[in-house]
Amino acid sequence: MEKTVNQKAWFLVLPVLLLVAFSAVIPLMTVVNYSVQDTFGNNQFFWAGLEWFSEMLESDRMWNALGRQLMFSGIILAIEVPLGIFVALNMPKSGVWSSLCLVLMSLPLLIPWNVVGTIWQIFGRVDIGLLGYTLDALGIDYNYTQDTLAAWITIIVMDVWHWTSLVALLAFAGLKSIPDAYYQAAKIDQASRWKVFRYIELPKMTGVLMIAILLRFMDSFMIYTEPFVVTGGGPGNATTLLSIDLVKMALGQFDLGPAAAFSLMYFLVILLISWVFYTVMTTLDKRES
Amino acid sequence: MSDATTDAPVTFTTKRRKTRINSSAVVMTLYLLFLLLPIYWLLNMSLKTNTEILNSFTLFPRDLTFANYATILTDPAWYLGYVNSLIYVTMNTVISLAVALPAAYAFSRYHFMGDKHLFFWLLTNRMAPPAVFALPFFQLYSSVGLFDTHIAVALAHCLFNVPLAVWILEGFMRGVPKEIDETAYLDGYGFGRFFVKIFMPLIASGIGVAAFFCFMFSWVELLLSRTLTTVDAKPIAAIMTRTQGASGVDWGVLAAAGILTIVPGALVIYFVRNYIAKGFALGRV
Repeated sequence: MEKTVNQKAWFLVLPVLLLVAFSAVIPLMTVVNYSVQDTFGNNQFFWAGLEWFSEMLESDRMWNALGRQLMFSGIILAIEVPLGIFVALNMPKSGVWSSLCLVLMSLPLLIPWNVVGTIWQIFGRVDIGLLGYTLDALGIDYNYTQDTLAAWITIIVMDVWHWTSLVALLAFAGLKSIPDAYYQAAKIDQASRWKVFRYIELPKMTGVLMIAILLRFMDSFMIYTEPFVVTGGGPGNATTLLSIDLVKMALGQFDLGPAAAFSLMYFLVILLISWVFYTVMTTLDKRES
Repeated sequence: MSDATTDAPVTFTTKRRKTRINSSAVVMTLYLLFLLLPIYWLLNMSLKTNTEILNSFTLFPRDLTFANYATILTDPAWYLGYVNSLIYVTMNTVISLAVALPAAYAFSRYHFMGDKHLFFWLLTNRMAPPAVFALPFFQLYSSVGLFDTHIAVALAHCLFNVPLAVWILEGFMRGVPKEIDETAYLDGYGFGRFFVKIFMPLIASGIGVAAFFCFMFSWVELLLSRTLTTVDAKPIAAIMTRTQGASGVDWGVLAAAGILTIVPGALVIYFVRNYIAKGFALGRV
């Protein structure tokens, strides 16, 4: 659509600007403020320059949390994206069954995040949970509060359970936009199932898949509640992801300076990914028009 | 001869399609089973007594009881959590939509100075990790005397819900042809009357979807709402973390509370089923 230049449109966006500035810019400035100051209590602050930043960059703590975070995001993407596409390809295209699948698949997406954690915390317990009990009965040693591997498997399966449907629903939306004529043409050419997927379905899905991958990456990158409820970051620090570590530092230990420096570096990564996301979105919009 | 050659591929494809549908059904059944099993387990637990939960392992409640739900619905310490959550979530939805509607219209119709930067900046707020904002929000709202009020949580959730609403609504509004606006202005409609009388009914489904997503993201968020409240505005999600008493965890009540938090989403999901992907993808798809 052709847009006209109209500077008065600023008045329409002004409320949003003020509101978001209040809830984003002021807090962010507080963080910046803390990141360059030190305190000995009593609200006495001293200029500390970039000390906190260099301290955080040199400490193992942040790098370890970042490493665990990247591993977590990488693993869940590697599982959720192919699985989501696979599910989308098998979804009924229309009718009652299609609606039923859509409704049931959306259910996990609408559950409060701490309840998701609670569900899996219970589900995995050896004494009262179906999963834990079954594994135990099969003779598999499974204890997510003691064993690092079991804790990781639990939070990964939980995230797959929670979010694969999102990838599937997005991929399904992409699939539905493919006109029937494409499939008919493929049938005339006697194209194999794999070729139909590779040359018809996948190209049509790239746009939505990019959105799905970026959304999942972003949201998994700032995940806090679900793993916190299940493992509390443990055993030890084995599942302490970036957000869990940050909250521990800021609200648990009140190490304001390091936490603020940590926050800002965290935010820079987010900014970078947002930019990629924005570029993908605008290219999609252009292609559409 | 020609009959034989045309017949052969047809039977081949119908046969293959039949097997494919069957395998699809199997895949979907397995996947849905995987999704529903943990939820079923929670529901199952919520209908059992604590003795049954702890002392026997049963796939369905032997001793069916609604006592856990009764506990929650009669104890103010529990049900006020739902009331608090509903109050701030509703406030947040109303505020988000009220400011997002005109802004989304501006983004979908006009070019203005800095529009692209502003649109991008909004997106970064949707992506901002709540963990970064928890402490500054706590200090900000304490200093203006809003700590432990519903409006504080509602405003804090605007951080990610206003950008979400703007993006979703913009996605719907770009689908409305511009000629409609122009015709209305020629007919002598002012902006306000045109927007409310003509434009809003046209994007009614978009407003519904945006409202649903604002409601949902505010409902599922815990970190900020827990940080900003202590007693008066404490959300149900935070109350749930305190079921540990002297005699251990009250599993039945915890499960019942969990089930009750799923209810609001489950009630309306049917109406938005075709827009879930669009809503999550910020109005694009």
